[in-house]
Amino acid sequence: MTVMKLLIKHVLQFHKSSVHVVIYLRRITLCCSILLAATASMAAPQGAINSKQSSYELMTAENKAMQDDPSLNPAMFWVAEGESLWQTKSGPKNIACTSCHGDAKKSMRGIATQLPKMINGKLQTLEGQINQCRSAQQGAPVLPYESKELLALTAYVAIQSKGMPIAVKETPANQGQLKKGQQWFQERMGQLNLSCAQCHEDRAGLKLGGSLIPQGHPNAYPIYRLEWQTLGSVQRRLRNCMSGVRAQQFEYGSPEMAQLELFLMWRARGMPLEAPGVRP
Amino acid sequence: MSKTSRSQVTVPATAKKNSIIEIRAIVQHDMESGFRYTESGKLIPRDIIRVFTCSYNEVEVFKADFYPGIGANPLIIFTTIATESGTLEFKWLGDDGYEAAHQARITVS
Repeated sequence: MTVMKLLIKHVLQFHKSSVHVVIYLRRITLCCSILLAATASMAAPQGAINSKQSSYELMTAENKAMQDDPSLNPAMFWVAEGESLWQTKSGPKNIACTSCHGDAKKSMRGIATQLPKMINGKLQTLEGQINQCRSAQQGAPVLPYESKELLALTAYVAIQSKGMPIAVKETPANQGQLKKGQQWFQERMGQLNLSCAQCHEDRAGLKLGGSLIPQGHPNAYPIYRLEWQTLGSVQRRLRNCMSGVRAQQFEYGSPEMAQLELFLMWRARGMPLEAPGVRP
Repeated sequence: MSKTSRSQVTVPATAKKNSIIEIRAIVQHDMESGFRYTESGKLIPRDIIRVFTCSYNEVEVFKADFYPGIGANPLIIFTTIATESGTLEFKWLGDDGYEAAHQARITVS
């Protein structure tokens, strides 16, 4: 009766703090296999990488020009559409955004830099809050994610905060959600078994298949992505990443998405909002 | 039925006579190449802009033919000579009766 022993040891080192994840695998023939998995202990919310860098810096001069010049940035079409939708009456009460919020340039200034945040006990993203207003205040149907209308309104609201620093802070109200978001960021997922942190924290600045790995800040969303040939939300981009590691993608508008978005915005705090951005 | 979309044109407001001016024209259009299939295997028909023209006081000074490879929301940057004050008319024509137009005035001294 031979006993085969297989020992595999993985050591993961997280940035700054020393968090070790150790997995032992041991197999005994003729008997049942025993799998032991040690638990990973999370450090207290750690700061972002030492110096925050927007992926704007990684773009070519032409793409930077496309983002900076409103006459070249295709996202401005969605902003124009959003401005028109802001005035459009909807729902049985026949009211528009402007009926309650007036001039968006005043009322929406700074809003995009504060979201996601806890509103009435629920963690809301910008898209989520727009739909919340539509259903609860206007009595109008919610706008589907990645629809032209929702993207237009998101772009219009976001641009009112252009240039302002991201102001998402850790508060007693969002603490639990922020912690969950950090876990999503640091836990491995998918068939490829990779975490966001492994690429965007540990390997930011290195290359993946010829492309420079960015730090992955959401400071320019919604973005006109040349790969998509259209405007898209941060949730669309996050789903792309999850698909990339062959993980079960979070659903649009799900609590998990909002938690991850909250953590990413907190991680990017202080960076100026570039919305609406252009990315390759 | 004619469909249209937003356009944005950048033309200098004033120019010296016979100087070269740069014009930028961008229009919103999703473009469908006609080579893509739905998940169930059905071909998505082509839906693109076919022609872009620029007329300067009713004289055509620039024309571009687009083919299925054209990207969405196309930006065209071209130059022309500022001959006289007047109106520049931009026109985009495409599949399914698509038509977009834009105007700009220029003062030439």
